[in-house]
Amino acid sequence: MVVKILASQAYKSASRSLLVAYLLLLVAWPIVTVYVKGFSLGWKPFWDEISGPIAWKSILLTVKLSVVTTIIQAVIGTLIAYVLVRYSFRGRMLLSSLVDLPFALPTSVAGLMFLTLLGPSSPLGDWLNRIGVQLLYNQTAIVIGLTFVTFPFVVRTVQPLLEQLDASEEQASYTLGAGRGYTFRHVVLPAIVPGILAGSMLAFSRALAEFGAISLISGNLPGKTMVVSVFIYGETQNFRPEGAAALSAVLLTLSLIVLWAINTLTRGKGRLG
Amino acid sequence: MKRLLIVIAFLIVFLLIALPFIGIAVGAFEQGAGPFWKALVRPEALHAMYLSLLIVVIVTALNAIVGVYLSLELVRGTWIARRIKPVVNALIDLPFAVSPVIAGLMIILLFGPDSLVGAFFEGHGAKIVYAVPGMVIATLFITFPLMVREVVPLLQEIGEQSEEASKTLGAGAWRTFFQITWPSIRWGVVYGLVLTIARSLGEFGSILVVSGNILGKTQTATTLVYEDAENFDLVAANSVAFVLGVISIAILLCLEWMKKRKEAHMHAH
Repeated sequence: MVVKILASQAYKSASRSLLVAYLLLLVAWPIVTVYVKGFSLGWKPFWDEISGPIAWKSILLTVKLSVVTTIIQAVIGTLIAYVLVRYSFRGRMLLSSLVDLPFALPTSVAGLMFLTLLGPSSPLGDWLNRIGVQLLYNQTAIVIGLTFVTFPFVVRTVQPLLEQLDASEEQASYTLGAGRGYTFRHVVLPAIVPGILAGSMLAFSRALAEFGAISLISGNLPGKTMVVSVFIYGETQNFRPEGAAALSAVLLTLSLIVLWAINTLTRGKGRLG
Repeated sequence: MKRLLIVIAFLIVFLLIALPFIGIAVGAFEQGAGPFWKALVRPEALHAMYLSLLIVVIVTALNAIVGVYLSLELVRGTWIARRIKPVVNALIDLPFAVSPVIAGLMIILLFGPDSLVGAFFEGHGAKIVYAVPGMVIATLFITFPLMVREVVPLLQEIGEQSEEASKTLGAGAWRTFFQITWPSIRWGVVYGLVLTIARSLGEFGSILVVSGNILGKTQTATTLVYEDAENFDLVAANSVAFVLGVISIAILLCLEWMKKRKEAHMHAH
């Protein structure tokens, strides 16, 4: 009996050690490596890597376009969540399913979609070209790609909060003579702001990191339409791991701050996203 | 007002999601079914699809086992001290914050030919980076949180009373797991599996970096789409993308069906 218990104890600790080792090897170690490599030559080279004109511009561009995307997403995501929860209409299920499609689709397929749709060989692209609207290979293209891949975040974080909000509160507001705008601002909005915030931050962190959906349609002009992830990819292709790691350390730190903020914001409210 | 909002919602979703997707289908069959089929059965496409499938199978199997085991230890284990648990929890979420390109870079830094581990394996004739093992590791990293995040809440919800009872009545750990725990977490595991399949099939950024994108050797379906698009072979790109898109929709419908099933299940209680 004692031997059996001891054996099972030994087996347990062995499998637990294996689990911890797996976690450290697969998750912790790779992340530490990026920082170690980024700073491997010291502070000065690290600073030189990220303050190079192209690198620095790509960081600024990524943050700028991610902010733009997040604002767009906060507005249209809230609108679509509101429509999905408050109204019943034909095609509601279809609309709801389509919202999730961007998460299910591979990102390179997403990039190709917009390349095909907006390219000169499609009727739409041809027409846009003729009226002088350029939606490919510029910053607009990047925002389109980012808006696509971050689409479900805000909708899916606002939806449950709207469902919890009793429609009778809105009714009461109307009954008391408040207009639609007033009711939305003072009754609905306060209840769903946490969801909008959490969803927006999730969208922001995804937009910062996105590569696949953008690289085909952004044109990747250094300093103009090259985002950080594409820049890092270029550095790996040119076998410059130090440069890639330095930029990665910056981007990773940004993402970790956002992730931490999301966790702080949603703590105690269960899981979001 | 109501009608206007609904129309706007449909318009946004149609322009941003449905129309581009239809564009893929049109692009794939632009020159008829012949070129579509030819693009799918060319040797590099067949190899890419085979490789994607291989990665999906390995990653899903590994994630299922490790994910369920980790969830059990996280929720039930008393050995992980209270102070360490939040750290482990944060660790699990980390891959969500990492850009796919950075995930790929990590694997190169760790296992590339210049690294200690990589040099060791290369000396023994086994390549990790620019080969299948590296692609599997990258995908494992990216998909790691999915299973744990599905199973942990379920385990917390069912509590451990039945498990305690089972142990008190003399059942061993395995028997308790299979007869008591498993039936209540089964659907969560299946949901996590489907999410993992979807994510590992669709993974692109990290694979592109780690694989070196060697034609007919380390190309997966997603990187082949990218390569074809880069070469402006849009019919070929759209053909493979169309297949991937159809699989994605099938997975999406599957997930939605399971979600509905879960809700119905919860209402029944």
